[in-house]
Amino acid sequence: MQDIDNLKELDKKDEKDEKDEKAEKAKEVRRLIIQMIAEANSGHPGGSLSMTDIITTLYFSIMNHSAANPTWEERDRFVLSKGHACPAFYAVLALCGYFPISELMNLRKLGSILQGHPDHEVTPGVDFSTGSLGQGISAACGMALAGKIDKKNYRVYVIIGDGESQEGQVWEAAMSAAHYKLDNLCAFLDYNKLQIDGEVEKIMNIEPVVDKWKAFGWNTLRIDGHSIEQIIEAVGIAHKTKDKPTMIVADTIKGKGVSFMEGRVGFHGVAPTRDQEQQALSELM
Amino acid sequence: MQECKYILAKSGQDFAPYKRALVMLGESNKRVIVLGADLSNSTEIDGFRDRFPDRFFNIGVAEQNEMNIAVGLAIEGEIPFVHSFGVFVTRRVYEQVCVQVAMQNINVKIVGSIPGLTSRLGPTHQAIDDLALMRTLPNMTVIDPADATEILQAVPAIAEHSGPVYIRMMRREVPLIFDPEKYHFQIGKAACIQEGQDVTIIACGVMLQNALASLPLLEQNNINPTLLHISTIKPIDTTAIIEAASKSRLIITIENHLITNGLGSSIAEIIAENGLGNTLIRMGLRDEFAAPGTQEYLFERYQLNSRHIVEKILEGLKNKK
Repeated sequence: MQDIDNLKELDKKDEKDEKDEKAEKAKEVRRLIIQMIAEANSGHPGGSLSMTDIITTLYFSIMNHSAANPTWEERDRFVLSKGHACPAFYAVLALCGYFPISELMNLRKLGSILQGHPDHEVTPGVDFSTGSLGQGISAACGMALAGKIDKKNYRVYVIIGDGESQEGQVWEAAMSAAHYKLDNLCAFLDYNKLQIDGEVEKIMNIEPVVDKWKAFGWNTLRIDGHSIEQIIEAVGIAHKTKDKPTMIVADTIKGKGVSFMEGRVGFHGVAPTRDQEQQALSELM
Repeated sequence: MQECKYILAKSGQDFAPYKRALVMLGESNKRVIVLGADLSNSTEIDGFRDRFPDRFFNIGVAEQNEMNIAVGLAIEGEIPFVHSFGVFVTRRVYEQVCVQVAMQNINVKIVGSIPGLTSRLGPTHQAIDDLALMRTLPNMTVIDPADATEILQAVPAIAEHSGPVYIRMMRREVPLIFDPEKYHFQIGKAACIQEGQDVTIIACGVMLQNALASLPLLEQNNINPTLLHISTIKPIDTTAIIEAASKSRLIITIENHLITNGLGSSIAEIIAENGLGNTLIRMGLRDEFAAPGTQEYLFERYQLNSRHIVEKILEGLKNKK
């Protein structure tokens, strides 16, 4: 009995370590986001920080992928439909080993492989170029459909934004993914409630957004987008769901992790100053 | 440039060359996927749908989604053919075509049905600017076939070609001009149908039949023209055009399209950039949206028939004297 209790204790300790490790990884991504945008003096910190936990968890705990072989045929695919949040994407790819971490400091520089929107032609690990909103999710449907046609086992993950959800094409894609039963497609809505002009609710309300996705025939879940456990659990449910694509509506905070950016629309597309960078980094230690 | 003798006939109501070409392509190339937007019969993809249901996807009346689904399929190595009326796969989805297909140089084949004045459905459905829109996009190949033979040959050719293609598609009863045994369609190659020294006629698409019909009338007037057919609007066969331009001072272009940024403009660019100094008459729609009507009515109303070609040439030659 004693031994079993000891083992349970050890398991708990391992779980806690693992949890800390994942949280630490997300913090590291946030630090890199701040550093690269400050260095570039240009970029989108708010929406990058809001989706950091989702993309970090996808790449470190969920997706099958290989930095050594970025175009590995069996890899899970990822599409960042809200392409402007690519600093988070780039930081994760660098930490996975797709390119050196030092490369992040070349964000948006002339000739750099890391531009203001993801480009699969130049950035290792980027499966699909995006930038114009509403199109990435349609392409993700196409990639998932190709997986079905070719009887491949890969899964397709896509992150869309809440402002992006105002694009009619998002709903065309929603309809078609359910129609063709793309259960190999799992989408996240990074629901940080802010867009460039202000609160999503006031600019053009997308509510009731969970009901909308349900009505479009998706397996729809709602989670705290900053809870790594909830992200993993939700993707697990998506994986087990047959004949339906999954939408995970993730409640997030724009600018999450940096006190003076949290919930501030002003940091949608504005770089921190060097002083702000230092303050942000100290908060993220 | 290849020379060819022409035969002018109707391919017949039931011939539907595109429908045939697509089914044959489906047989030979298993990577070909057909996407439709609720116009399966009108765009002649119903034959493929019935033959290869596993490789046919109707996306409904949602062309933007259709275009980007095609991009996702192409990224995974499929060869998607995207269909709707020409207006919808160009005007309506221009940003999707620009940003995702052309900018990324994705292997998507865009098929625009009932081009220009061949649509009876009125100006909302007349693609009179599609060549212009597609020609402006870097990486995009643009084709306007003239007859059933070209359609049958162009379809496998564009599937073989790596990169985005926009092709105009006539349907059902399509002219039969080129002898399938002798004609050899090649992307980017013009076809010289007749050589003469008085005037150079350059035609594309359905207008080739009107240009051909003008030949006997020109002969009656002792005018001996060169007739050049351009099926690939981009990349255009500059060499063939320079050669044809050297044969006479006067060049006349005719297209089922606005005269801006389609065939006529392409020829004007070549004349100017190469300092050829030819006089150019462009026939087509002149800065106007067309009225609804049958092809016959519209060709007459917008002065695009063989008779009008002859009139323009006579006028052009008179002005030269």
